[in-house]
Amino acid sequence: MAEEVCAPLSGKVLSLAAEVGSSVEEDDEILVLEALKMETVVYAPCDGRLKEFKVKVGDQVEEDDVLAVIE
Amino acid sequence: MAFFDQLGFWSLTPGMVFTGCIGLVLIYLAIRKQYEPLLLLPIGFGILVANLPLTHLMEPGEGLLWRFYHYGIEWEVIPPLIFLGLGAHTDFGPLLSQPRLIFLGAAAQGGVYVTFFVAHAVGFSLEEAATIGIIGGADGPTTIFLAAQIAPQLLGACAVAAYSYMALVPIIQPPIMRALTTEKERKIRMKKSRKVPQLEKILFPIVATIVIVLLVPQSAALISMFMLGNLFRESKVVDRLTDTVQNSLMNIVTIFLGISVGATMSAETFLRSDVIFIFFLGLFAFMIGTATGILLAKLMNLFTEDKINPLVGAAGVSAVPMAARVVQKMGAEADKKNYLLMFAMGPNLAGVIGTVIAAGIFLTIFK
Repeated sequence: MAEEVCAPLSGKVLSLAAEVGSSVEEDDEILVLEALKMETVVYAPCDGRLKEFKVKVGDQVEEDDVLAVIE
Repeated sequence: MAFFDQLGFWSLTPGMVFTGCIGLVLIYLAIRKQYEPLLLLPIGFGILVANLPLTHLMEPGEGLLWRFYHYGIEWEVIPPLIFLGLGAHTDFGPLLSQPRLIFLGAAAQGGVYVTFFVAHAVGFSLEEAATIGIIGGADGPTTIFLAAQIAPQLLGACAVAAYSYMALVPIIQPPIMRALTTEKERKIRMKKSRKVPQLEKILFPIVATIVIVLLVPQSAALISMFMLGNLFRESKVVDRLTDTVQNSLMNIVTIFLGISVGATMSAETFLRSDVIFIFFLGLFAFMIGTATGILLAKLMNLFTEDKINPLVGAAGVSAVPMAARVVQKMGAEADKKNYLLMFAMGPNLAGVIGTVIAAGIFLTIFK
C-alpha cells in the first residue's frame, strides 16, 4: 500500500536525503525543507520502499503538498 | 607646530580608548560570530569613529554622523522605514490562521512592563525605565524609535542591548523554556491550522492599521509603515515596490541606522555606571517575556480542547524569526516529527505588534 509523504510546512526543497528505489524505515530522513532560513527535516511516516519524489531540489512547496510516495 | 598640536593622539582619553574597544568587540562579534552582522558591524564602526578625538563628527549642526543621526533618527525617519521593509517581508498567514495565538504575543510583553517598574524602582527616571523595558520586546527599531523620543541619552546602550540579546535568543531562551515545560508538554503536536484566503491577508494590514492607530495613535508611525509594507506584499500588484522596500531601501536605511546608533555611543554617554544596569535589566526583561508567554500558553491549555504546545509562547518576544526557530528546535528535540515553526510565527508576529503598541503607550504617557 502506498503512503504519501506530505510537507509539514511550506518552504523550499533544499535536498533529497534518500534514493528512489531504496528501502526506508519509519523515521528515516526523506528530504530537507528550508523555511525561514532554517532547515527542517521531513521523516518517513512508515517502513517501505521509496517509490518516487514528487518534487525536486529548489521547488517551493505548500503545506500538505505531496513530496514523495512510499510503498 | 599647529599640525603637531592638532594630532588626535594628545586628546585621547582612557574612556575613549575603552569605548572604542567595545566598538572593536562588536565588529569582531559581527564578523567572527556573525551576531546580527548587518547591524553590529556598522554600529561597531560608528562607536569606533565616534570615540576618536577632534573629529567633530557628532558636533551638532556640523558633523557628518550628527547629520545622519539628526535627520535619520531624531526626525524619526529611519525606524519607520525599517518597519516598511519588515512589513514587506512579513507573511501574516501563521497569525491569521490561529488568531488565539495572538494572546501569547501580548503576554510576552509582560517582560516590558515588569522591567519598566523594576527599572524605575532601582532609580531610573520613568522615561528611562520605559526605554529599558522595551528592550524586552527584542525589537531593535522600536527600541531606537522610543529611545530617541523620550530618553536619547540611553539610545546607544539600549539599541546595542536589544540587538545583542536578539542574537543571543538561542542561548537565553532554551533554559527558561525547559524549566517551565514538561517533556510531555513539549511533545504536544498542534492541530493543523486553516488555510488563510488571500482576501484576508489583504484586508488584515488595512483593518489592523485602523484599529491599532485608533487605539494607540502614538504607535501610528511604526504601525502604518509596517502595514503599508505588508499591503504592498499581499496586494501582489506592486512587485517593484515590494522588492525595493524589502531589499534596496532596507539596506540603505540599515547602513544609516547602524552608523548613527553607534555614533551616539561616545565615552561620556556610554561610560556611566548605570549602563551595566541597562544590560542587566534588558536581559531580565527578555527572560520575563519568555516566561510570561509560556505561562499564558499553559493557562490557555487549562481551558481549551485542542492544546497549545507551550513552547510557542516563548516566541511571543518579537525577535523574528529567531525566537520561532528556537521553538522549532526545542520541539523537535522532544519529538523530531513535531513541526512548530509556523505555529510559533503567529505569536512571534503578534509580539512585534505588541511591542510597537507598548512603545506607543509609553509615548502617549511620557511625551
